[in-house]
Amino acid sequence: MAFVQNVPFFSIMISMFAGIVSSILPAKAARRLNIVATTLIGAMSAWLLVFMLQSDMGYYTYMMGHFPAPWGNEIRAGVLEALMALIFCIVMVLSLMGGLHKLDEEVEPSKENLYYILVDLLLGSLLALIYTNDIFTAYVFVEINTLAACGLIAIRQIGRTFEAAVRYMIMSLLGSGLLLMGICMLYDMTGHLLMSNMKESIAMIMEEGTYAVPMLVTIGLIVVGLAIKSALFPFHAWLPDAYGYSTVSSAAMLSSLVSKGYIFLLVKIFYRVIGLEYIAGSQVLNIIFWFAICGMIFGSMNAIWEKDIRRMIAFSSVAQIGYIYMGFGLGTEAGMIASVFHMLMHSATKSLLFISAIGLTDASGYKRDFFEVTGAGYRNKIAGAGFLVGSVSMVGVPMFAGFVSKLLFAEAAMADPSWRMFPAIIVLSISTILNAVYFLKTVLRIYTPMPAEEERAKGYVRIPWKQNKVYAAAIILFIVLNVVLGCNSKPIIMMIEEGLRNFM
Amino acid sequence: MIGINWLPNFGEEVAMILFGIGFANLLFQKNLIKKIIGFNIMDTAIFLFLAEKGYIVGRIAPIVVDGIQSTEKYINPVPGGLVLTGIVVSVSVSAVMLSLTMRLYKRYGTLDLDEISAQLRKEGK
Repeated sequence: MAFVQNVPFFSIMISMFAGIVSSILPAKAARRLNIVATTLIGAMSAWLLVFMLQSDMGYYTYMMGHFPAPWGNEIRAGVLEALMALIFCIVMVLSLMGGLHKLDEEVEPSKENLYYILVDLLLGSLLALIYTNDIFTAYVFVEINTLAACGLIAIRQIGRTFEAAVRYMIMSLLGSGLLLMGICMLYDMTGHLLMSNMKESIAMIMEEGTYAVPMLVTIGLIVVGLAIKSALFPFHAWLPDAYGYSTVSSAAMLSSLVSKGYIFLLVKIFYRVIGLEYIAGSQVLNIIFWFAICGMIFGSMNAIWEKDIRRMIAFSSVAQIGYIYMGFGLGTEAGMIASVFHMLMHSATKSLLFISAIGLTDASGYKRDFFEVTGAGYRNKIAGAGFLVGSVSMVGVPMFAGFVSKLLFAEAAMADPSWRMFPAIIVLSISTILNAVYFLKTVLRIYTPMPAEEERAKGYVRIPWKQNKVYAAAIILFIVLNVVLGCNSKPIIMMIEEGLRNFM
Repeated sequence: MIGINWLPNFGEEVAMILFGIGFANLLFQKNLIKKIIGFNIMDTAIFLFLAEKGYIVGRIAPIVVDGIQSTEKYINPVPGGLVLTGIVVSVSVSAVMLSLTMRLYKRYGTLDLDEISAQLRKEGK
């Protein structure tokens, strides 16, 4: 076994230990430790990715503890897992860098090191969700993820965030209750907790035709549980407040990482536990397909009506989560690939939008109202550029990541043999237009010059990029990431394809 | 509707009914404390379900006594382990929820989530 194969284990352990050590460190040191740990894990994931691409083994399993497969706990890694870990680390470090100046303002100094503990735990649980091959371990880390996310919302101590955190927790607990029940029933039917062993038993059960109804119920419980946790359309009521009022790094991480962790677990369950052919044959996919279709429309409509730009971006997340679930709902290989690419694209773009929106509101006297940000693109040029790139990427302009994922969705929908083709295509186009309406409207607003005397009267100042170099660097790196995903999509799509093939 | 498995699976049925009660309380109660109680009922119901599934009639707890090694003698120990893990998760989540509830109560003097939202809207922040 090559040394690089220890990377999954090391990355989970490093982030967990960084969290533990941070509890006794002062805020500055905790911050440095967090950034170093995340960068290190990202570099190691890149190393693993290169190794997996060069070797022809496809995937490997890694024994945790001293018990072999059917009894012990396992880690399993392949191309897709390494790619996900890499992108998550990049997005996490950049989100943190982009929001640092806000953290100093909005978080009590005595509590700042707690923030880095939460971020470390969040990264650790995400990595564990990516790599684990044991379904109950996955459940435990889902809960750690939820608790860390709740802390990230509530660390800015104002009434709004407490309320948002409570609402988030309530919805999340409903979701994890359903998920746990589903996992328990799955264990009772198969007698295994490891995903690969479960799949063998499930194939046997399906062939014999016993337990058909319990199986359907179980699939339903797991899918709905994870859909609630990742804020699919009818379960999204907690989302705008949680993303809109928490400190900006938290908002970026919540929208781009936390929900993606749950969705990635769902992809794993589809492929590795139940099997795509059974999922595609069950009625559960129809439900998530229609929920997703509604989410794509209503999320965008809400975003159009919203006057607060941070909440507008949050509502756009509802629509984008709808896109991802629509890809699942198609139930085909192509749909899955499109969804996984959209996950990457959304985590790179949505965090960029949140980070740049904060620069725009800073240049507008901290007011978040749509009309207050008039001309903010001139007052804070770097944030304006970031918002512009994020918006055109979301709308789907070529060269940026959003275009590729929309193209993949359209191709997947066209190739779909069932009745789902027409609603998928029609809603995809309607939703794209709605996206364009609210994003381009905002872009036009921030590049509409405000009269100089009005600017002076309101006390709005220009913020040159040199004033906060870390912030500028974060935005530029986000833009680069977006363009790389957009212009260099072929190898990434091939990695996703290969990864999903080895997921079985 | 009621088959031959109705009576032997009595425990699982109770667990499912309790799960429903807890779920509905967590979702529909307005009072935050009642919501948390609902959450605890829901999680406990899942643990009851697991424990019921791990138990095999006529066998004893998986602790080796009198040197009997045969698995035929003992119940399945894995659900017990899962229940313990689940309890730890459930306790920590309850603690977080209760502390958030305390913060909200100190600030707004009510446990009703809708009323807190109304007050927040009035504050306009």
